[in-house]
Amino acid sequence: MNTIIFRTIAPYLAALMILFSIFVLLRGHNEPGGGFIGGLIAASALAIYGIACGVTSVRRAIRVHPMSLAAFGLFIAALAGLPSLVLKQSYMTTQFVELHAFGTQIDLLTPMLFDLGVYFVVVGAISSIALALEERESD
Amino acid sequence: MAGSNAPHVDLSQAMTTAPVSAADWLIVAPSIITILGGTIALMARKNTDAQPKVAMLFLTLLVGANGALLLHVLQKGVVTMVMGNWLPPFGIAFTADALGASLSLIASIVAWCAGLYGAVTIDGTGRRYGFYPFLLLLMTGVSGAFLTGDIFNLYVWFEVLLISSYGLLVLGNDRIQLDGTVKYGILNLIGTNLFLIATGLLYGHFGTLNMADIAMKMRELEAGGSVGPLAAVAALYFLAFAMKAAAFPVNFWLPASYHTPNVAVSAVFAGLLTKVGVYALIRVFVLIMPGARDYFADLIAVVAILTMITGGLGALAQAEVRRVFGYLVIVGIGAMLAGIAVGSLQGVAGAIFYAIHSIIVMTALYLAAGIMQLMGGSTALRKLGGLYGANPYFAGVFLVLGFAVAGLPPFSGFWPKLMLVEASIDAGRTWVAFAILASGFLTTLAIGRVWIYSFWRGGPEGVADGCAPIRLAPAAELSSPALWVPLLLLTGLVIYLGLQPEALLQLVQRGAEGVIDPSAYIRSVFGEP
Repeated sequence: MNTIIFRTIAPYLAALMILFSIFVLLRGHNEPGGGFIGGLIAASALAIYGIACGVTSVRRAIRVHPMSLAAFGLFIAALAGLPSLVLKQSYMTTQFVELHAFGTQIDLLTPMLFDLGVYFVVVGAISSIALALEERESD
Repeated sequence: MAGSNAPHVDLSQAMTTAPVSAADWLIVAPSIITILGGTIALMARKNTDAQPKVAMLFLTLLVGANGALLLHVLQKGVVTMVMGNWLPPFGIAFTADALGASLSLIASIVAWCAGLYGAVTIDGTGRRYGFYPFLLLLMTGVSGAFLTGDIFNLYVWFEVLLISSYGLLVLGNDRIQLDGTVKYGILNLIGTNLFLIATGLLYGHFGTLNMADIAMKMRELEAGGSVGPLAAVAALYFLAFAMKAAAFPVNFWLPASYHTPNVAVSAVFAGLLTKVGVYALIRVFVLIMPGARDYFADLIAVVAILTMITGGLGALAQAEVRRVFGYLVIVGIGAMLAGIAVGSLQGVAGAIFYAIHSIIVMTALYLAAGIMQLMGGSTALRKLGGLYGANPYFAGVFLVLGFAVAGLPPFSGFWPKLMLVEASIDAGRTWVAFAILASGFLTTLAIGRVWIYSFWRGGPEGVADGCAPIRLAPAAELSSPALWVPLLLLTGLVIYLGLQPEALLQLVQRGAEGVIDPSAYIRSVFGEP
């Protein structure tokens, strides 16, 4: 597996996959996609990078422990329901603002924040399992 | 995107338009507080000094929110919040009644005590592997289960609390812990699967998952005279919740696993997990399917009797303090099942009172077992001894807890037992009443045995009475107030509820009325007809 071709291509491939995962995450609002599938793609990017360049370099690249990433995701997903408290509505009621910038309309919604949370939970949980398994293999 | 091309529809048919007051947010506050606290503790996992502080802050908030919620429920009656402002039964409803709110409050007090106790007994490794995040997320599941008004959502909260409990069980990663976790895990996986299958069948029949909606449709169906295929669904629910609640004969996982983890973990488990199963039984059988409860009443009574008697005999046969207590948890489950089997107002009220008593007293007993282990260096009855001489006050506390769990006055265990015995005699189920009294006797014997071996005699096995035993230097942890405050707080509650049961009696009466006559519950979800 650890050929020179793979090792050369892996960082670019991983970067592309992460970019694609963010595209899928944002696309999920109106079309197929979303936080879960985006998170899976990002986790596979980290896994490929880990197979090619070693688990240590992945851990260095993402800076925080993947489990903390998952915790952060759950944290913002829970926060996503809170804005409706001030508007006298129930927990998890959708709130949105429309922004106009660079000549286009940008909608920002609380479910997007929730989806971002799901993304982080999936990336964190799957990659911490994958990295632990890869570490075991290299022992 | 959403704003420009979305079809314009009238949402007032599908969504609530009335403003939701901040007080109603208390219904979801326990779950939100624990999720936020749990994730913050998980992000700060490496900072083992800050962990207990963060966790205790959020657990204190949890107790406060639950206390405020109970007051809110007592003032306003049953309160409901439907997620995302959708109208029930389409949105997921959280419905807090006197039963759910009071159990949620007691559960959070117990978790607070265990969290404080864990600050002493859980070492750095245990904290790094996530004792506090798991404890807080366990409480997310427990509070959610007590407060949700949707049966599939109840399943989800069960999963949340089970996954956290698996994590807590394997925390030390010993061989014996893995062994206990495998047994616990497999039986609970089967139980949750049955729960899910039963919920699927129920949804297939009624096309709704909202508990109030099902309760309404179920009563219409029963008025028509046929329960139809729902007896099978009820049987699946009974088996699934009996596994969670550790009823005979599907309770072997409890004595196999509860003595393996750290004592703070055992204490939370003994207090909370089985009681969530009993709560689910009350919710499903008394509130949702009263017809099925009548149908299965004899079976539930037999299971209750066998659970109490086998639990009592099992407690007598054990030689390890925490295993004895594990069987005493089972005895209590039998008594609560007896209340459900009787099904009268007093029976259900007695079962709820017993659940509250059992949550407090079983947690306190496990906390006491941890202190016994620190004082005597072991939890095996053979190796314990002379603890009375070491600390007579602690011996007194233990005796209070022992009397309470056996149901002797003037402590908290006496009142629910009295209610249950009275209710079962009124209902003509004298065998149930006999079993409750006999199990109380067996419990007294089992506690007496622990007392004689570990407190009364002069020293461990092989040391003659009267000789001064060779004392181990007292463990350094014993001087920490964080070890004693939880135990004394819970013991204080046991004594208080024994001497002043009036307020709690009224509360459980209200809780039982709320599940036996669901009209207030249904009105809270669907509004005035």
